[in-house]
Amino acid sequence: MPTNNSPQQSQLAASEGRIQSVSRRKFLIFAGASAGVMAVAASCNKDDDNSNMNSGVDLGKDDIGILNYAYALEQLEAAFYTQVILTPFSGMTDGEKALLSDIRDHEVAHREFFKNALAANAIPGLEVDFSSIDFTKRDSVLGTAKAFEDLGVSAYNGAGKLIKLADYLVIAGKIVSVEARHAAYIRDLTSNGSFADSTVVDAMGLDKSRMPMEVLSIAAPYIKTKINASNLPTS
Amino acid sequence: MNFNNVFNEIEKVDADVYDRFDTRRTAMKNFARFSGKLALTAIPLALGSMFKKAYAGTTGTLETAVEILNYALTLEYLESEFYIMGLAQAPIPAGAARGAIEIISKHESAHVVFLTNAIKAAGGTPGAKPAFDFTAGGAFANVFTSYPTFLAVAQVFEDTGVRAYKGRAAELVKGGDLLTAALNIHSVEARHAAHIRSMRKANNFGDAKPWITGKDTTGIGSAVQASYNGEENTIQANIQITNINGMAITANAASEAFDEGLSKDAVLAIVKPFIKA
Repeated sequence: MPTNNSPQQSQLAASEGRIQSVSRRKFLIFAGASAGVMAVAASCNKDDDNSNMNSGVDLGKDDIGILNYAYALEQLEAAFYTQVILTPFSGMTDGEKALLSDIRDHEVAHREFFKNALAANAIPGLEVDFSSIDFTKRDSVLGTAKAFEDLGVSAYNGAGKLIKLADYLVIAGKIVSVEARHAAYIRDLTSNGSFADSTVVDAMGLDKSRMPMEVLSIAAPYIKTKINASNLPTS
Repeated sequence: MNFNNVFNEIEKVDADVYDRFDTRRTAMKNFARFSGKLALTAIPLALGSMFKKAYAGTTGTLETAVEILNYALTLEYLESEFYIMGLAQAPIPAGAARGAIEIISKHESAHVVFLTNAIKAAGGTPGAKPAFDFTAGGAFANVFTSYPTFLAVAQVFEDTGVRAYKGRAAELVKGGDLLTAALNIHSVEARHAAHIRSMRKANNFGDAKPWITGKDTTGIGSAVQASYNGEENTIQANIQITNINGMAITANAASEAFDEGLSKDAVLAIVKPFIKA
């Protein structure tokens, strides 16, 4: 290990060899996009990683790629809430069950919408991995729900500028505010008043936005199917 | 903030962008010099200035952007002043309720500052704050003396705000970091809306879920119907969402799953009663 390298540089250098389909220049553009991308660099280093960018289900490029990216995230959320309602956690109240069922329906509606909108361009159904979630426990379920909803909001917010066709941007806008409503509700269930706390909204009053590579690396532990996002637009 | 991407984006719509900046290298150097001197929060300002310089003498995108920012600013002025006055006058219970309104108030005031700075940075002139009448000419006469009315008006402002940002999204397509900023405000308004709706439900002020069902005003009544009209839509991009692909999705769920935008004219008509002539 060269002593003049910062830890970050070493990490970059080590991960670089793994990313064959992404040129060095492109990768450095990713790396510059946000500090969060370091998580991708790190995750690409693992042999068994889900976010290996060279193989797996290809999301595609341009707007189709972004729609497939959204379709993948909605598949994850829909599968999660379907399980939540199928095996309710201990102590779920009737009121909670009604609203969590609503959220399930919304996510299923989003998933099926993207499936139909993409038609022949749609990626196949993804296999999820919820082995880390204890569906009998309130904290485990709501903690995961909170992470998924906040992630979904930041994913749509970040993907907005990658979309080229106005109609698709409008659809993304129609969905993201519903995800934000979900996020607020779930957050209030975990801790009342945390609907828009400083962990998600900054001092300028702005929510988070995340680029696809960062989002997929965060979602990767929950998705068994390998996803290839290397053809997605990055700007 | 990725300046490289910003340039790639501009290049797509304006092939001459590097001529305007002399060269890409010079432009990048200018950006680097600018951003190096500034706190991260000030970078949008630097960006605005650079855009203004680069597009000096041309018309189009930047003017539209400034117009949209000023439109948003008017709505944020409305919300910001509403919560400031509410916190000073309305009988908001101490504890969780007051805490939530304080958080929302802080965000709305921050949005006013953010938009004002963004407009100035883009070379525009921020519109002046209008004089407001939160009773809407008497329709909500007890807005600052009745907690239920205060929360009802808050809900309508938040739900309308979400729709207002969404209604201008198409004009900001490929709008880069400006679009991202608008989206980052838009989802915060939706978080606010969800919480206010939950507050009304918890207090039995209205049968409101965190999301909008059909065009239901949640008991607030016909005075605010215009803020909810159109939300009952269940067809997205020509795809019927109700019972889509054989799934048990009711028309209510289908309408809840997608929030609808509102045109500028519709929003201005809704806020008009709250602005003194």
